[in-house]
Amino acid sequence: MALSETPMQRERAQTIFERSQPGRRAAVLPDAGVPEPPLEELIPAKLLRAEPPRLPEVAEPEIVRHYNRLSRRNFDLDTGFYPLGSCTMKHNPRLNERVAALPGHARLHPAQDPRRAQGALELMWLLQRSLAEICGLEHVSLQPSAGSHGELAGLLLTRAYHLDRGEERTKVLAPDTSHGTNPASVTMAGYEMVKLATDERGGIEIDDLRAKVDEGVACLMLTNPNTLGLFDENIVEIAALVHEAGGTLYYDGANLNAVMGHSRPGDMGFDIVHVNLHKSFSQPHGGGGPGAGPIAVSERIEPYLPRPQVVRRDGDNGDRAVFGLDYERPKSIGRLRGFQGNFGVFVRAYAYILSLGADGLAEASETAVLNANYLKARLAAGRAGKHLPVAFERHCMHEFVLSGKPMKHELGIATLDLAKRLLDFGFHPPTVYFPLLVEEALMVEPTETETKESLDAFAEAIEQILAEAEEEGPEKAKQAPYTTPVRRLDEVKATRRPVVRQPLGG
Amino acid sequence: MLAAIGVDSVAELFEQVPEELRLKEGLALPEGKSEAEVFERLAELADRNVDAEGEVCFLGAGMYDHYVPAIVDAITQRSEFLTPYTPYQPEISQGGLQAMFEFQTAMSELTGLPVSTAGLYEGPSSLASAGYLAIGARKGRRRFVVSRGVHPHSRETLATYAAGFGAEIVPVGLADGLTDAAELAAAVDGETAAVFLQSPNFLGAVEDVEALGAAAKRHGALLVVAVDPMTLGVLRPPGECGADIALGEGQPLGNRLDYGGPSFGFFCGTEELIRKLPGRIAGETDDVDGRRGFVLALQTREQHIRREKATHNICTAQALNALAATIHLAWLGREGFRELGELLVRRTAYARERLAAVEGVELLHAAPVAREFAVRLDVPVPAVLERCAEAGIAAGYPLGREYPEHEDGLLVAITERRSREQIDALAEALGAAIQAERGAFVPHSETKAPFTREAGPWH
Repeated sequence: MALSETPMQRERAQTIFERSQPGRRAAVLPDAGVPEPPLEELIPAKLLRAEPPRLPEVAEPEIVRHYNRLSRRNFDLDTGFYPLGSCTMKHNPRLNERVAALPGHARLHPAQDPRRAQGALELMWLLQRSLAEICGLEHVSLQPSAGSHGELAGLLLTRAYHLDRGEERTKVLAPDTSHGTNPASVTMAGYEMVKLATDERGGIEIDDLRAKVDEGVACLMLTNPNTLGLFDENIVEIAALVHEAGGTLYYDGANLNAVMGHSRPGDMGFDIVHVNLHKSFSQPHGGGGPGAGPIAVSERIEPYLPRPQVVRRDGDNGDRAVFGLDYERPKSIGRLRGFQGNFGVFVRAYAYILSLGADGLAEASETAVLNANYLKARLAAGRAGKHLPVAFERHCMHEFVLSGKPMKHELGIATLDLAKRLLDFGFHPPTVYFPLLVEEALMVEPTETETKESLDAFAEAIEQILAEAEEEGPEKAKQAPYTTPVRRLDEVKATRRPVVRQPLGG
Repeated sequence: MLAAIGVDSVAELFEQVPEELRLKEGLALPEGKSEAEVFERLAELADRNVDAEGEVCFLGAGMYDHYVPAIVDAITQRSEFLTPYTPYQPEISQGGLQAMFEFQTAMSELTGLPVSTAGLYEGPSSLASAGYLAIGARKGRRRFVVSRGVHPHSRETLATYAAGFGAEIVPVGLADGLTDAAELAAAVDGETAAVFLQSPNFLGAVEDVEALGAAAKRHGALLVVAVDPMTLGVLRPPGECGADIALGEGQPLGNRLDYGGPSFGFFCGTEELIRKLPGRIAGETDDVDGRRGFVLALQTREQHIRREKATHNICTAQALNALAATIHLAWLGREGFRELGELLVRRTAYARERLAAVEGVELLHAAPVAREFAVRLDVPVPAVLERCAEAGIAAGYPLGREYPEHEDGLLVAITERRSREQIDALAEALGAAIQAERGAFVPHSETKAPFTREAGPWH
């Protein structure tokens, strides 16, 4: 397709290191104000560096321009619809940034004496109580740094629990629709991964579970609703089977946004839950973090929780309650990281929970489910109904999975092509090629913070792309995108001959 | 919308949730609040903390009260950096991917190792991840030799992880502040997968990594070195000292204290390890028209492709925090970064000398230090800290909990924000506190009701 190069495409990417000119600088540092002997008098010369690292030499205006220019080469949630399945790209209220930046939070040293960090500890405690209520599990540790970290924590807790009972179990079950983090966490925690099949309703194949659950099974990991966006209707039976065999039940909370205030993992029978604060609780995703992955657990898992734990006691004589950090946890699995966790993320999540309240959280889930089902129906009514059918035909929860298999056969465009063509329409594509179970999968999660108009516009873009392919053939989609800062990139080259840093001279 | 779906109510959509699992009463949480009310509530909580604006902070132990230049906030708060997800669609994520590439270049320069990842969660869990890597890279070996100079949080996190994948930890003690070289050499053998050092170590002492690492080299174990990035403008980089992996807590670079996070962990390695590294790595490539561009490289290591065979389980990491570090480093620049390192070393030397001259204070060790040092007090440390706090000074980090043999130890950290006047004030406050404690009749003691892990009243 003959489209002229956009101005951004004409601009060759240049790194900050390539903008470096000897002698330029931005920082002005304070004078030492103390005696300045040669460094060799303070530290033996053999421990000192001969040449400083070759950091860029640039003045502040150039730094600002450089990164502003880079920022314009990013698509972001504040610019447009971002229906990336499993990632819950909901609006990030700026209030949360403001409160996280208050000096009492932002400049609080993590080793501050707890008596002088009472506000922070109370906030953590309140967030713990909120998450306990939302998950239906009494005990919470905020320590894990992300969902995958929570998974590792959950499996280490499972191991500690079984060992304490004198049992060495070796296997962990998870459905074939599970997030890639699940099996990766299983291996990291020293377990063997055993896959479970999916039934025709999109849930766990119960007979397969019956065949595989035995006394060697430490845990079953499950996302519910699962990665197909479907609630596993057999969850009560699944939980009973796993518990009868003596295993624990782990809830991957990536999809909690579907059920907040409607159904609780603890009530479903789960022993351990991780919560992605950067998904359901609106922490901005930062282009790949930070997040946080607190875990909520049942009574029998509580003794093994990471330390330290935030604890509370009533104040004396009607004084304020007092909060502290409890290290005396003899059965604890230990630390999962330094200090107390991603506190800045906790502040934002707590502000979000306070803003929405009980009803607001439930309404968020309702709207997320409504939006997903509407978009699913809207797409099915158009050309997508033929070329891009939903993988499992039933009401979905907060997301749904389409299969691009017919589209690929009938129109000659793969899911990847559709995704790339969507970029020209100003949309972030859905998650592609996941879950692996669905051929040419496209996983769509609109979230509750999108209007009907934005859902309609997205459906219209899909319609146009399919119409374009029907009328003009597949080439337009196969060559897409055209309007982005760069066009399709050679990912194979980047892996075969990896160049992972800027080469620098002298 | 309901009509398009073909249902009468949203409730119908929730019918796939079994009846008995549906929450009937709603959540027992407070009602939603206005933005102004939420702000007031959070501000009220923040006010009950004593932060580094409200007192003079000499706390360190891995996180430091550095000055974060204004442009870091200005750039990282731009929506285009703040609100995207992980760059799964590289054509519309060039800004983030290039920033990762620049970050990797900067960290590679700092550590003197050729390959850097785009960052992990934070320091201690990065060190634990190096343990997991070592088990895979040195097959059949299941032992870690770990200096007690490594941050206690890192050592504990390594032990937590190792309980899962299965590895034994052999601790090596310190002698006059430095890792005991003879003990280390004796501990390393053909079963050792990795040797873990930290420099400057937890007591602030600059280790001779090259000399200590020789034992690891001799037995083919990986040499893993945790470093403080702010010292790498002046200290010899781990890559020049034989380290296979250099990693650490990234907070000092462009990230605020935030009561411990979010920050980021950096993780650099040799070429040999490039396909075994944990987490995202950005790589350079071309688009179909030959334009330079960036993508997530070597994704076949990662969980979303490799599942149970992945090198690590990490997905969401700390991209925005790594961007903050990149901007901070660009702002400091080559000369500024070195100058800042020199400033830290000189002010630390001054503070160490100044404190050692205070009656009741002596050095805990005489080893060279860069930005943090340890002293001994001849009166109980908690009582002195309390008195200093009353004078508006957080005097340092008490070593007793993690180093019982240094119950009398105090770790004091210096940044460019701690002026000579503040250091002098610390010396005076410490001296006064020690004198007061010597004269005090009974030691501080309080009886308090036990903490509870149960739910208590809410507000």
